[in-house]
Amino acid sequence: MKFFKLLAIAQSSLMKNRARSILTMLGIIIGVGAVIVMRAIGDGAQQDIEDRINSLGTNLLMISSSSNSLGGVRRGAGSARTLFIKDVDIIREQCSLVSAVSGVVGVNGQIIGGGTNWASQVRGVGPEFLVIQNWEIENGIMFTQRDMRARTKVAVLGASVVENMFSGANPIGQTIRIQQTPFKVIGVLEAKGQGSSGQDQDDIVLVPLTSAAYRLRGDSQYVNQIYASSTTVEVMDAAKEEITQTLRQAHKLNDGQDDDFSVRSQSELTEAFTSTVQTMTTFLTIVAAVSLLVGGVGIMNIMLVSVTERTREIGIRVAVGARSIDVLTQFLIEAVVLSVVGGAIGIALAYGVCNITEAKFGMTTIVKSWIIAVSLGVSALIGIVFGLYPAFMASRLDPIDALRHE
Amino acid sequence: MGEAQAVAGLAVVADVSRTFSRFIMPEVIQTFDLKKTYPLEEPVHALRGVNLTIGTGEFVSIMGASGSGKSTFMNIIGCLDKPTDGTYQLDGVEVGELGRNKLAEIRNEKIGFVFQGFNLLSRTSALENVELPLVYQRNTSKVKPKQKAAECLERVGLTDRMNHYTQQLSGGQQQRVAVARALVNDPALILADEPTGNLDSRTSLDLMGLFQELNNQGITILLVTHEPDIAMFTKRCVEMRDGLIVRDTPIEKRSEAKKELEDFSGVIGL
Repeated sequence: MKFFKLLAIAQSSLMKNRARSILTMLGIIIGVGAVIVMRAIGDGAQQDIEDRINSLGTNLLMISSSSNSLGGVRRGAGSARTLFIKDVDIIREQCSLVSAVSGVVGVNGQIIGGGTNWASQVRGVGPEFLVIQNWEIENGIMFTQRDMRARTKVAVLGASVVENMFSGANPIGQTIRIQQTPFKVIGVLEAKGQGSSGQDQDDIVLVPLTSAAYRLRGDSQYVNQIYASSTTVEVMDAAKEEITQTLRQAHKLNDGQDDDFSVRSQSELTEAFTSTVQTMTTFLTIVAAVSLLVGGVGIMNIMLVSVTERTREIGIRVAVGARSIDVLTQFLIEAVVLSVVGGAIGIALAYGVCNITEAKFGMTTIVKSWIIAVSLGVSALIGIVFGLYPAFMASRLDPIDALRHE
Repeated sequence: MGEAQAVAGLAVVADVSRTFSRFIMPEVIQTFDLKKTYPLEEPVHALRGVNLTIGTGEFVSIMGASGSGKSTFMNIIGCLDKPTDGTYQLDGVEVGELGRNKLAEIRNEKIGFVFQGFNLLSRTSALENVELPLVYQRNTSKVKPKQKAAECLERVGLTDRMNHYTQQLSGGQQQRVAVARALVNDPALILADEPTGNLDSRTSLDLMGLFQELNNQGITILLVTHEPDIAMFTKRCVEMRDGLIVRDTPIEKRSEAKKELEDFSGVIGL
């Protein structure tokens, strides 16, 4: 008895009871649809968060000097002066997995200009800082390595600074004074909005690192932090290790000594956010899976009714030579066809719902291909598990009784 | 000679006769001391030792009142049930001890059923109904199922109704589809259980004409009925009572269905 013949029989008997078949499938359709939509929304939310974190700076590695203690009082991270401007150059030259690197020197101070004054963060950085942070210049230019060498007094302003000091007017060519030192504005940064913890990312003034170190701070040799980008996201960990080894060598640390700096990536941050989303996704998926299970019970119910209703048909089939296994297979295939077709419709429906969700609510949804595969597999499994008992009942019918059945 | 020895002797005789008979004349059905007891609180002896031999090309009717055991006998002959004791050979195969699936195979290969209630699949075309036994055939033959089924429908004169659904056919036509289904696997035996029970007298005549025609072509038919005039169309009548065969006689004045049908039409002025 060929499988395809049985498939044809199953298909024709399902078609004879079209309305009932569709209603039975509805349980599976909704179940599979719900599972996929929940996963798609959850995965989409996770992707959103990852994207947002990545937009803070792709492949960002932050190198800070470690803490020191002064008379038993332990001071915070970065309090030790162990990172120097030359370390930035060493990383740039020796680390092959680092594509961009910039030292960061922080200076606080009142900025005067545009007929007013404003307290902002002044950061001395290298020209590559924008690449590392994924920031763009909206207007004007960024300073260059030449400015670094010449310690020129130029500045690039964040959007909020422009708003507050120049009321949004074009500040390029204007002069601002930081700690009494005049700086010429050469560029304006594109507005970025709030950062991940709510701070205003646009309230910033960038000046060349060397200018900040020599002209503003005076103490010229060390940097607060070094920002670096790895060449790709995949090599983040390798790049981290490479920087660590390079700096240990540069700082002449022996094998037993601790690092006098720390290298952090953003993956920790990403994980913290995404794990919350994952918990929600898992929870919702389980709820949806329960509805899938209920759909399976629906199939079993209908198959049992179907076996009773078609007792005579089974009797006829057995009388003309169907073996137990033929009857069992026929009903099992019917159940599996119901559940798999239901699953397929559910998948199609889920795609539709995802598209509507994206269009109407602006939520990102991602339907992963393995979810589709698993959904179809689970549908088939449900058909087998819940179809087996009714099919077994059918295969055990006595042909004489079955033929007499009205 | 003790009773046990006598029985053993009988068995030997039966064995020998069976062995020989297979060479002399091919028997379609041969039962020996067939018994069926239902193990109820008060055991019911439905068959109490039935001996029956039916040769190829015979047309036998089995008659008997309800409770005579003829239904039980039919079920065993049809390989739908198993005897408690005795032997049953169908077309040279000992079927008494076979299991459920093996019996299904035997039914599929050797028996064509025609039931009182037609027992066709509803919402299924005549052609598909006739094809059904071929669907379950173990050794797929060279013949194309569709073609073979169409041929059988032609034999029963329903070529023009091939694609009609069961419920679109009249009772007589449905029974003809059932006969076509019984023919489709070239069975050794057609087993008709009260085939005219649900048909009016004219259609019954029509069906008996078909059976006679098929029998003339050499097909062995065993027909169960409780109507004496239906039995008159067969060649041999076996009567059962209380689980035993009480009479087994050839039909002397056999009715010709075709002729009677003409008379019948004449009577009601057609």
